[in-house]
Amino acid sequence: MKRFLIPLAVFFGLVVFLAIGLTLNPRDVPSPLKDKAAPAFSVPQLAAADKSFSPADMKGKVWLFNVWASWCVSCRQEHPLLVALSKEGKVPVVGLNYKDQGADAKNWLARFGDPYVLSAVDADGRVGIDYGVYGVPETYVIDKVGTIRMKHTGPITQESLQKQILPLVAELSK
Amino acid sequence: MKLHTLLLCCSLLFTGAALAKEAAPMAADIEVEKRMVAISEELRCLVCQNESLSGSHAELAQDLRREIRTLIAQGKTDQEILDFMVARYGDFVRYRPPMKPTTWLLWGGPFLLMAGGIAALIVFLRRRAKEDHAPVLSEDERRRAAALLDQSNS
Repeated sequence: MKRFLIPLAVFFGLVVFLAIGLTLNPRDVPSPLKDKAAPAFSVPQLAAADKSFSPADMKGKVWLFNVWASWCVSCRQEHPLLVALSKEGKVPVVGLNYKDQGADAKNWLARFGDPYVLSAVDADGRVGIDYGVYGVPETYVIDKVGTIRMKHTGPITQESLQKQILPLVAELSK
Repeated sequence: MKLHTLLLCCSLLFTGAALAKEAAPMAADIEVEKRMVAISEELRCLVCQNESLSGSHAELAQDLRREIRTLIAQGKTDQEILDFMVARYGDFVRYRPPMKPTTWLLWGGPFLLMAGGIAALIVFLRRRAKEDHAPVLSEDERRRAAALLDQSNS
């Protein structure tokens, strides 16, 4: 009897590990940018190409930095949440229009609603590389002094918004 | 008939040539290209996580290869370029993660498992060696065996 107990214990140990593994999201790669200063850049704005945007413009505010594109299917999924969020006015959301065509991006916002204070244009993806973007949409929570406090990869869900992003924003806004 | 087939083949060949995209321009410097490939083989493409940056056709991989070329052109060393990528995408981007407290289990795990396996094997072999002795017959059993042998002989 005893000789079966050890393999059985090993087996259940393995089951526990595999079960935990199944619940993890392989796309959720921890960002080394957390608690680091948001990389500086200066790029034109989508709505007004003659004006530029730089993260320094948001100093003193807690803000969300949302990377989006009109070609990105999951962006549509999270978009209604962002639109609702902007209506509540709890936190300003700045968009980064990532590797997109200006006309497509504007049409997309006209069709689905524009939750952004403004959208910065990252036509060649250079800003994206500095922010470690690899799967649009991505959302960063940036604090008053310009430090990245959180990175969310993939579409925002009601759950991640209520349980992680908004509590963090509330805490940072104090 | 044969001519027909030949013509058809030719026309098919030529449409293929017309449709094919023009080859991407060769990099100006073959040395830069070699270094770029060597570096990007060490890096993981984050879009298709089981492919290296050098082998991936994902758009992000193309952008990052372009970035590596730019960095090489700026005179950065290989180590500086790897650090550049790690600073943005984390250790996960490297196929050979560095030794740190968080990766000790990753590096040591296989050896731990191997040590466990060897220990189990040794225990098993020792136990078997003990049991392997031929059973010793008692005097009584020996007599019974002899009697049985005698019976079958007669």
